[in-house]
Amino acid sequence: MCDTCGCNITKGNQHLLTGDGKLSRVHEGTTAVSVLRGLLSENDHQAAHNREHFDRRGILAINLMSSPGSGKTALLEASIDALGDRYGIAVIEGDLETENDAERIRARGVRAVQIATGTACHLDAHMVHDAVHDLDLDGIDLVFIENVGNLVCPASFDLGQHRNVTLLSVTEGDDKPAKYPVMFRAADAVVLSKIDLLPVMDDFEPSRAERCLRDLASRAPVLRVAARKQADLGSWLTWLENEIASHRKRLEAGQTIRPAIQPDGMRLHSGG
Amino acid sequence: MHELSVCQGMLRQVGAIAADHEARAVTGITVRIGPLSGVEPELLAQAFPIASAGTVADGADLIIETLPVRVHCETCGEDSDAAINRLLCGSCGDYHTRLISGDELLLASVEMDTEREPARA
Repeated sequence: MCDTCGCNITKGNQHLLTGDGKLSRVHEGTTAVSVLRGLLSENDHQAAHNREHFDRRGILAINLMSSPGSGKTALLEASIDALGDRYGIAVIEGDLETENDAERIRARGVRAVQIATGTACHLDAHMVHDAVHDLDLDGIDLVFIENVGNLVCPASFDLGQHRNVTLLSVTEGDDKPAKYPVMFRAADAVVLSKIDLLPVMDDFEPSRAERCLRDLASRAPVLRVAARKQADLGSWLTWLENEIASHRKRLEAGQTIRPAIQPDGMRLHSGG
Repeated sequence: MHELSVCQGMLRQVGAIAADHEARAVTGITVRIGPLSGVEPELLAQAFPIASAGTVADGADLIIETLPVRVHCETCGEDSDAAINRLLCGSCGDYHTRLISGDELLLASVEMDTEREPARA
């Protein structure tokens, strides 16, 4: 066997080379160390720091994820209009380019910072950290992080938020949870948006979308909203207010919470 | 397509481990990846030579162990294999399951050349 380039390591034999495999011995002068650490541990370290920062100020941070155009900014506008007089709200916006979304939020009288990612398809904990430093958090109860519109990458990066919300608009396919399982598994709540369009979107079946979500062993509530019409916001606003209240109780008890994102699983399995 | 940034994060960790061991070079890196981690093994393998060029791990073998998707059922207590978008109990069909394998994104081990340079005359 060639020990220098690994040219004949295949799926069939690599178990022999790793762990307790009989070929896992190393040459004199080489050292093998077992580490079992998350590949994203640098990001996760920063995310934990961000979460502490929010917790110290009594803030609940929510990460909004979806494909582009599913109505994240419209949901924020409607939420600000409904809750802005009772809660201090701030927004971190992530897009590849433009200040457009931040300007829409600022027009509602709310502080907003735009992160222009350039070509990056997701936000990471370091970008959010920098944005938080540009945001005055005095008097803020709730921070929304509007992630880059993308149903793939944002699910893999912890930002320091407490909750993940994934939007699915009825103008998309109702089988999106089956097609993008990593994203929908990361959701603490799924918002079914643009439900006022359901009468004309006769191929979108909400019950089918929910079944695809349950197939992922998800217990996340499915909340129906029509944000641009400022209608049917009840279940979403109730969920949000309950989350703010439970987070305050957690903080009083000296606890915090992480969203339903990958590293939870990683911690569970890292010993095995 | 975030495998390049995942790879760069991994190489920063590998670099720190190599520095701790005063290694001359990293010769092998083993990672464990589950299908539900959101990272594609083949794309990670393609990103590795690009991300590792000029680092202590330049030329190292990247061994990727992929793991099966398995769930534990909280209703009937059975463990079973599952598909990436169908995490139901294979025994009773319930959706109250917990993933026990399949979303890992782990740096498992690093092999390094730690032999000292021969002393010059």
